[in-house]
Amino acid sequence: MALNQYLILSAFLFCCGVYGVLARRNGVLVLLSVELMLNAVNINLVAFAAFTRNIAGQVFALFVITIAAAEVGVGLAIVLLIYRNLRSPDLDRVDQLKG
Amino acid sequence: MTAQNVAFWVLAIAMGAGAVGVVRSRNIVHAALFLIVVLVGAAAQYIVLLAEFVGITQFFIYIGAIAVLFLFGIMLTRAPMSAGDFDNDQRWPAAIVSVFLLGVLIALLVNAFGHDNIKLSDELLRASRTGPVADSIFRSFVVPFEVVSMLLLAALVGAVVIARRD
Amino acid sequence: MLRNAWIIPLLPALGFVAVLLLGKRLPRKGAELAVGTVGASFVLSCISAVQWIQRVDDHPGKEAVGGFGRALLPTQEGGVTAVERGFTWWQNSNVKFGVGIHIDGLAVMMLFMVTLVSFLVHVYSTRYMQGDRRYTHYFALLNLFTASMLLLVVADNTLMLLVAWELVGVCSFVLIGHWWEEKPNSDAAVKAFLTTRTGDVGLMIGVIVLFFAAGTFDIAVINAKALDGGIGHTLLVVSAACLLIGIIGKSGQFPLHTWLPDAMAGPTPVSALIHAATMVVAGVYLGARLYPVFFRGFSIGDGGLNAMALVGGVTIIIGAVLAFVQRDIKKVLAYSTISQLGYMVMALGVGAWVAAIFHLFTHAFFKSLLFLGAGSVSESGSHHSFDMKGDMGGLRRYMPITFVTFVIGSLALAGVFPLAGFWSKDEILVTAGQTGYDAFLYVGLVGAFLTAAYMTRCVYLTFFGEFRGHGEPHESPPTLTVPLIVLAAASVAAGFLNAEAFGIEKFRDWFEAGVPLPTLEHVEFDTVKAVISVTIAVIGIGIAAYLWFQREELGPFRGFTQRNAAARAGYRFLENKYYLDHLYENVIVGGIKGLVARASYWVNQHVIDGVVNAIGRGTAIAARETYDVIDQKVVDGAVNGLAETTGETGGLLRYVQSGRVQRYALTLFAAVGALSLALWLVY
Repeated sequence: MALNQYLILSAFLFCCGVYGVLARRNGVLVLLSVELMLNAVNINLVAFAAFTRNIAGQVFALFVITIAAAEVGVGLAIVLLIYRNLRSPDLDRVDQLKG
Repeated sequence: MTAQNVAFWVLAIAMGAGAVGVVRSRNIVHAALFLIVVLVGAAAQYIVLLAEFVGITQFFIYIGAIAVLFLFGIMLTRAPMSAGDFDNDQRWPAAIVSVFLLGVLIALLVNAFGHDNIKLSDELLRASRTGPVADSIFRSFVVPFEVVSMLLLAALVGAVVIARRD
Repeated sequence: MLRNAWIIPLLPALGFVAVLLLGKRLPRKGAELAVGTVGASFVLSCISAVQWIQRVDDHPGKEAVGGFGRALLPTQEGGVTAVERGFTWWQNSNVKFGVGIHIDGLAVMMLFMVTLVSFLVHVYSTRYMQGDRRYTHYFALLNLFTASMLLLVVADNTLMLLVAWELVGVCSFVLIGHWWEEKPNSDAAVKAFLTTRTGDVGLMIGVIVLFFAAGTFDIAVINAKALDGGIGHTLLVVSAACLLIGIIGKSGQFPLHTWLPDAMAGPTPVSALIHAATMVVAGVYLGARLYPVFFRGFSIGDGGLNAMALVGGVTIIIGAVLAFVQRDIKKVLAYSTISQLGYMVMALGVGAWVAAIFHLFTHAFFKSLLFLGAGSVSESGSHHSFDMKGDMGGLRRYMPITFVTFVIGSLALAGVFPLAGFWSKDEILVTAGQTGYDAFLYVGLVGAFLTAAYMTRCVYLTFFGEFRGHGEPHESPPTLTVPLIVLAAASVAAGFLNAEAFGIEKFRDWFEAGVPLPTLEHVEFDTVKAVISVTIAVIGIGIAAYLWFQREELGPFRGFTQRNAAARAGYRFLENKYYLDHLYENVIVGGIKGLVARASYWVNQHVIDGVVNAIGRGTAIAARETYDVIDQKVVDGAVNGLAETTGETGGLLRYVQSGRVQRYALTLFAAVGALSLALWLVY
């Protein structure tokens, strides 16, 4: 298998995630997109691990998964808080840092 | 065309569709479900790449915990279960940027790794078993392991602190 | 003593300081100090004179007669040399400023005369100025004046002479204005000072020209160079003319004589000392001292006409004529002085050097005698008034000593044989006739006639007739009369020093010696001319006596000037002193004052102030413009513009800070993509 297959797949997923992060209004949806990006990265890592026959890539991917879990937990907590304060999960409303 | 290749392509197409679905769905729950598709596909890809432990972990944590967590979150934030417009006003700039990014990445990747191939071998399989992975974690990467543990703890506490009602 | 003759001016100078500092505390208020110093100077001058005469007499070359000269020039072999002593005060490259004394016959004679007259005047003043408001000050200044005059006489270079000249002028100014509380007195003092100052311009220019011509200030060197052709003729003419201007100012020649009559506002002893005997003769002395310059410059030896003789001659007549129309006895004497100074200058102008100096010598005695006599009259006879017609008359009965001495002085002045004036005036006239200056001989004779006449008038008005004043006239105390007697004796005797009729030529021998002179004509005594001049004088006396003594019988003459318009105009012309004062003060000065002052004022107000104001206005406008345009618009505009731009940019950039995280993320990702592309392309 060509390495590029995985890498391009990973790139595609990543860019979908980017689009989602930028274009989605709901906080949860944004988090979903972030997960998408993380998974893309994981695929990248594992592909390279297979390519270089070094399992460090897999270990790294494990760590990423862990961190993703943590991040989702915190992220959802924040989204919850936003929803509680703004009565709406609409991220466009979160503009208190407006200059 | 080997079996892995075929598996890859099938999974890739599914994942791709799922990804697009995540970001373009008009229904939050549908988006979450599309994400699950992607996650499952990713796990399958790991197994194709002989990274068994990672694949299983993906299943357990991502799909078992994170996806569920998402569904909880959707519920708790009273997300409209019906179809809605979830795109903000920078849809097109975002599309442009992401397409542009994609283009750049693909160009780069093709340029850099155009001729590289993955050789799936027994040695790789043996190396990817749980035992060696665990060894690697607790030997070579023990410090990151500990750090990540702390991080999890912090995240846990943080999430509780943020989300509690007071 | 000759080498130490510098002590002679020094003593009165010290006296001046001492009297100023200590005078008021002394029992006689400083007068004793003043008299003492001048007396000491007189004694030293006598000693100097004796020593000098011995020097001349002992000199081996005395009998050698070089051409016309009796005494040889010092530059000639065996001539009597002057005594010089000096040092260089300051030297600046080639220019030496020296201080020193130069004692020769002329200097010795002057020392003697000045100290004698000054001493007598000092003694006289102790009584005359008694009770005066500034008694001590007066004596201090009298001493200073004496010191200055003596310094002038012994100076060996023109700079010292100039300094002394100016000092003398200043003392004259102060002493004339002794009673300055009355405005006429201070006016007279200022007039005297300014008029002589006008002449001093010429003197200074002359000194400077001579310096550049001869390369030195030393008088002996200048004279030597003038004599042997070391100085170009043009320069000599110029310097002589300039120096002549100085003489005109100081010695009261026409046209700068107007200050002398007004100077009579000062105390009478001052008039006697300064304006008869000493200061006014400083000009004549200058002429005598630098005679080679004048001789060669004006080509005196060639006869005919020259500026010096002309000035002197005109002055003789002018002064004499004006003496006729004066009421004030001192003014008569002042005009007489002017006239006699004219004689001296004319004498120098015709080449009669010895005669001029001799006349200076004799004139000092009888003129100061006349002035002191007038002072005596005013003190004791006319109750401090000098008005002859108003307050005097018939005083011969009450003041015999004064009367006799005054008459002696008048006769001496008129040039009656055998008194002093005869000898000196006669020598002048004879020389004029024999050196080719015939015109001036006649001028001198006319002047003699007039002199005799106006003095007779003066004597008559004062001492004859009925006493017209008030108060009790009486003779003056000895302090006043003794000097009169001494001077009268001198007036009689002094003439005999050079009584050529008797072959006595002591004056010339002694005092011409050591003086660098061009070969001059030494004329022999001309009996014919002598008789003529005496006759003329006697005729003058006679006519005047007739006119005045016999007034009552002069029916048709009486009131002549009042009836005849021409005569009246002439009288008024004389009365107004030829309108010279009017000319000077109103026309010249007034014209300058009025025109120039007004013009200057106009220039100041309009031009200068205009410029200043315009600059000020311009500056104000510029300032306002700067404020309006530059400051408000440009500078503030720039500043405000900058602020506005910043604000607007901020306002624009503000939109970037939408507060929306996704916006930021968009930018971030776009940048990442772009940068990586760039990096890849570049790399």
